[in-house]
Amino acid sequence: MQKYLLLGAEAIGQGAIDGGLSAVYAYPGTPSTEITEYIQGSPIAAERHIHSKWSANEKTAYEAALGMSYTGKRSLVCMKHVGLNVAADAFMNSAVTGIHGGLILAVADDPSMHSSQNEQDSRYYAGFAMVPVLEPSNQQEAYDMAYEGFELSERTGLPVMLRITTRLAHSRSGIVRRELNAQRELKLPNDLRQFILLPAIARRRYNELLDKQPELKELANQSIYNQYVEGKDRSLGIICCGIAINYLNECYAESVCPYPLVKLSQYPLPEKMLNRLNEESDEILVIEEGFPLVEELLRGFFDNGARIHGRLDGRLPRAGELNTDHVGKALGLEPRQGMTVPGIIANRPPAMCQGCGHIDAYEAMNEAMAKYGKGHVFSDIGCYTLGALPPYEAINSCVDMGASITMAKGASDGGLFPSVAMIGDSTFAHSGMTALLDAVNEHAPITVVISDNESVSMTGGQDSSAEGKIEDICKGLGVDQNHIRVIVPLKKNHAEMVQIFKEELEYPGVSVIIPRRECLQRATRRKRNLSRE
Amino acid sequence: MPIANSKDMKTDIILAGVGGQGILSIATALGAAVLLENLYLKQAETHGMSQRGGAVVSHLRISEKPIASDLIPHGGADLILSVEPMEALRYLPFLKENGYLVTNTNPFVNIPDYPGIDAVMSEIRNLPHFVAIDADQIAREVGNARTSNMVMLGAASPFIHIEFSKIEAGIRSTFERKGEAIVSMNLQALHAGRQFAEANK
Repeated sequence: MQKYLLLGAEAIGQGAIDGGLSAVYAYPGTPSTEITEYIQGSPIAAERHIHSKWSANEKTAYEAALGMSYTGKRSLVCMKHVGLNVAADAFMNSAVTGIHGGLILAVADDPSMHSSQNEQDSRYYAGFAMVPVLEPSNQQEAYDMAYEGFELSERTGLPVMLRITTRLAHSRSGIVRRELNAQRELKLPNDLRQFILLPAIARRRYNELLDKQPELKELANQSIYNQYVEGKDRSLGIICCGIAINYLNECYAESVCPYPLVKLSQYPLPEKMLNRLNEESDEILVIEEGFPLVEELLRGFFDNGARIHGRLDGRLPRAGELNTDHVGKALGLEPRQGMTVPGIIANRPPAMCQGCGHIDAYEAMNEAMAKYGKGHVFSDIGCYTLGALPPYEAINSCVDMGASITMAKGASDGGLFPSVAMIGDSTFAHSGMTALLDAVNEHAPITVVISDNESVSMTGGQDSSAEGKIEDICKGLGVDQNHIRVIVPLKKNHAEMVQIFKEELEYPGVSVIIPRRECLQRATRRKRNLSRE
Repeated sequence: MPIANSKDMKTDIILAGVGGQGILSIATALGAAVLLENLYLKQAETHGMSQRGGAVVSHLRISEKPIASDLIPHGGADLILSVEPMEALRYLPFLKENGYLVTNTNPFVNIPDYPGIDAVMSEIRNLPHFVAIDADQIAREVGNARTSNMVMLGAASPFIHIEFSKIEAGIRSTFERKGEAIVSMNLQALHAGRQFAEANK
């Protein structure tokens, strides 16, 4: 049996392809990026003309996937957890419209915030929308769930969330593939009003969604991914969500877990299985990667104290990703200790690459801004966020995609002058354009720096959807073209760049400065690929 | 301590370095060898932000039995294989009591507060089991500084429960599309690293 060594994220890509995928839509975001990149590199996907180009943001991606589903074809939409905030409007309403062709939302959460600004748990969104969730415990299940997820979606008529976290997304293991499914033919929905959420139709669809809930619970009860495992010692019953089962099994690698347990990988919660665990055990330990969602549900409002353990009562840490050591401690097992880290070891945080254009932009900006003092620069999500660290310490915010421009506008409304936004080209295309329109419409005295490295760099150099269009977009939104200033951020242009900053900072309207130089990492990759051809 | 001949075919490796140093090339070559041996493997990687010059680590687990966790528990690693000396020390809590630390001696200094290299090396030399190797120098002798990661893999190979010939085959399959010259240079690097470790462990 041939095995393929795939990351959890890649396994989802392969599972979806083999499951009969017609299109993937996504915006890059760690730890979800590799799902789409894998499909982009797949020869079968190319042969089958599976759509895999990047979308401008997660909302446009989700809507396109829903449109693909409308045609009866199977689609996958991928994003990181905070990307689902951007796509939430489409996602929530797609639960009400329902789907036609199978639709899987693969969302990758990032507990411990390895590359994110929060560690929100996407399972809450699925509960909010009332759609099923599949949460694989390993790479093979990630493959299988993507493969079968389309059937679950079509059977229930709902989008299905496939939720993973960083550890599974970025860990590799051998997977076995299944038979390649045929792609679906173009076919309109039977009810051409299905997707029209006018109140009268929406009420009916919403009631249908509510009516489906018992079936979803029953599917979870019967799911092969949810398992009840007997245990002799009934002083404790354990619930392991997703990859938590691996840490439990690691704790008992040389023995057998004495407690009854539920391996939980499909939601809504399988009531029968959990009721049985409740009846058969004195206390319950919930081990979940992410927020204490299951624990909170089981504990209920009138918390009766000791029976339920997990992240809320301190048995497990409230924040951060799980590991074997945390789980072992929660089970009262003897901890294993290695050596301690010597005191001389220094932290090594990420940094902008030597020679990066963002650095030249920051150096010019800092010099021009010096006379106004600190605290005037709002920034955004991307490599340039690292400008917050020494030696630059050039920015004062990083909140969500596109927030730099709108926060600068709001601060300017509040009297801050100058008020500056520092945003990358791809982030601008993702969520900065509407923000810029707001600023233009009110003639807000802000300076927007679009540091353009012609790439989505933090996630590995994907294509930026605004490449070659940024000046035109700014002009189209109404920025005075005399105040759209483009410069190559290089040491030799430093004086000129400082001068441009000084001029535009004093301009009492919206000005845009575009330092433009290709990302070094991307340039290196491009040259390497050219030399290979 | 000839652990490579032990009957328990299981090796847990912490692979350490700095984003951009290419530690995953070591993991790729080993992964190819593991597939050839029909062993189980789990390999947790660092992607995303830290790849921009931050500390990166990969947990590489190889076993003849199915592997549960993607991460190695504290005190569970048979081997720390680091392409940078300070990074080698960062993961000591993961090392088993009798585990080996194999590190390149060339510091990668991209932070202002990097400790004195003598202090770093003296911490390494205080460990019961280590191999400290100037892989860059050996790679240059082999003919290309870019093979230093394969020198490191060679230096670690005596402590990994995979037949050496399978590691060679892993390198062959990893580099074969780049041509025979590249394959043979990387194999030479592997051998040079192994030779050093055998003489200096």
